[in-house]
Amino acid sequence: MENNNKAQKHRIRIIRENLVAWGFLLPSALGMLLFSIIPMFISLYVSLTDWNFAAGLGNWNFVWLDNFKALWSDTWFTASLKNTLIYAIVTVPISLILSLLLATVIDGFCKKKVAGVVRVAMYMPHICNAVAISAVWMALYSKYGPFSLLMRALGWSDPPRFLADYTWALPALMLVAIWAGLGYRIFIYSASLTALPQDLYESADIDGGSWFQKFWYITVPLLQPTTFFLTVTGIISSFKVFAYTNVMTKGGPGNSTYTMVYYIYTTAFRYSRMGYASAVAVILFLMLLAITIVQWVHNSKNEQR
Amino acid sequence: MKKNKEAAAAARRKRPLQKTIVQYIVTVVIILVALLMLVPFLWMISASMKMQKDVMSIPIKWIPEYFYIDNYKRVLHIDAGDARDYHFLLAYWNSIKVSVISTAISILSSLMAGYAFAKLRFKGSNVIFIVYLSQMMIPSQLTLIPRFVIFSEMGLTNTHMSLIVPKIVAVSSCFMFRQAFLGVPDELRDAARIDGAGELRTWAQVMVPMVKATMAAQGTVQFLESWNSYLDPLIFLSNWRKWTLTVALDQFVGIEGTQYNLSMAASCLAIIPVLVVFLFGQKYFMRGLTVGAVKG
Repeated sequence: MENNNKAQKHRIRIIRENLVAWGFLLPSALGMLLFSIIPMFISLYVSLTDWNFAAGLGNWNFVWLDNFKALWSDTWFTASLKNTLIYAIVTVPISLILSLLLATVIDGFCKKKVAGVVRVAMYMPHICNAVAISAVWMALYSKYGPFSLLMRALGWSDPPRFLADYTWALPALMLVAIWAGLGYRIFIYSASLTALPQDLYESADIDGGSWFQKFWYITVPLLQPTTFFLTVTGIISSFKVFAYTNVMTKGGPGNSTYTMVYYIYTTAFRYSRMGYASAVAVILFLMLLAITIVQWVHNSKNEQR
Repeated sequence: MKKNKEAAAAARRKRPLQKTIVQYIVTVVIILVALLMLVPFLWMISASMKMQKDVMSIPIKWIPEYFYIDNYKRVLHIDAGDARDYHFLLAYWNSIKVSVISTAISILSSLMAGYAFAKLRFKGSNVIFIVYLSQMMIPSQLTLIPRFVIFSEMGLTNTHMSLIVPKIVAVSSCFMFRQAFLGVPDELRDAARIDGAGELRTWAQVMVPMVKATMAAQGTVQFLESWNSYLDPLIFLSNWRKWTLTVALDQFVGIEGTQYNLSMAASCLAIIPVLVVFLFGQKYFMRGLTVGAVKG
């Protein structure tokens, strides 16, 4: 009799605990369901239709993979895919090399106070909104602006109007991105540097290793996990670039600075082609998914070791 | 072995002077690099105080001979006559309102979810946790179109609700709070229970105060994210009365973009409050960033 009572009390306690936990989880889980999971499935579905927003909700034909097939002969899409990939392939390594070098040099040579101030100064662009940054760089890049002035001073007699030039517009945007993201990467590298074990450096000192040897044979390999993390996050944020294009160049001249998100934006919200735009969004998602899977495989391998 | 020791001793003797000289040179170079990186900001501030005819004058006058406050007046529409009003102050207010409320909401719901994951046992907790993890991969760009359609069906476009309500789920903050709550000993919770506090009170008065540092860090991160967000407000808000600062600035630049003195004044107004907040709160902010990024 007593035993039975105990079991029942236990069961009630478990039910109570479950209810409490779900109560705590509810706002966040509900938000996730409504604003992330359901929209994701809608996106996947809409990408298989020819839906135009102007036709109204429900007025769509199911076209299976037609959108995806059409994309590959759409030069605006292929250009935006190409630009996005170039943007990632160029900006990520350059930013990583620059920030790794700067972080190591700041850490190794500057007094603590100076290092702190310098890092904060370099970090500043990262917290400013991309629209304001774009406005500033539009002025810097303008025909008589300081950047053209600098280029002339460096001996380039006739610098182009960077943002209005078919070949130079994308590199110009990439420079802004590198500038804006450098401080963040330096900061992450610095934080990892302080966590490195010192004994290897001490034995290198005894053996008379030069600064560069220590950098190349100790620092770089030890920072490999941080480098990997920054590579992955860097690629992901490059794939999502939108604001610089939208404010500075509107994708132009021609399609020279069209990026995938910018193409999604114009297709969906200027031309109301929701189905087609969703197909682009799905491709973007698959690209990000591939990167994330690489990251997971890499991390789980490292953990096993 | 002996040779090694001698060499090390010689190196040690040689080092001090040479090392300090190298140190000073490198420090100077690094400071120059930092200044170079600040040049766009310095130019922005300087240009925002000039008249249009002087903005592009050569050589660049970094400190203008006068302070032309009319640029700022024009942007904020103070005694500007019939010049176009860009409603910058209203956009400021909208941005503050949206950012403060969405930060509060995201922190509150993440505090709750993080606590549930870290300290409460419930059926399906592993599955839910994996679902949360996998949501990190879903870019907001993928869900943008459906969110727009849902909001316009519900009549939520052109309201600030469309920006605030989705903030109820902030997956990365949930993880940070879970991590933080895992570090709080269970004894505290049990003690509060024995003293007769209910679940909600235990959470609010005993557990939450233990993760204040994470709260400050995640608060700054969430606030900045919401303050700087651009794509969502651009799409959800078409009425100027609802515009946040990024959208208002975008419009301003689109129309007055070639009057660089004006667009620089507008950019200054958009950037400087954030920089001030950042300089005061950098300790928390930086901590919020490095947690999770740096292993060990």
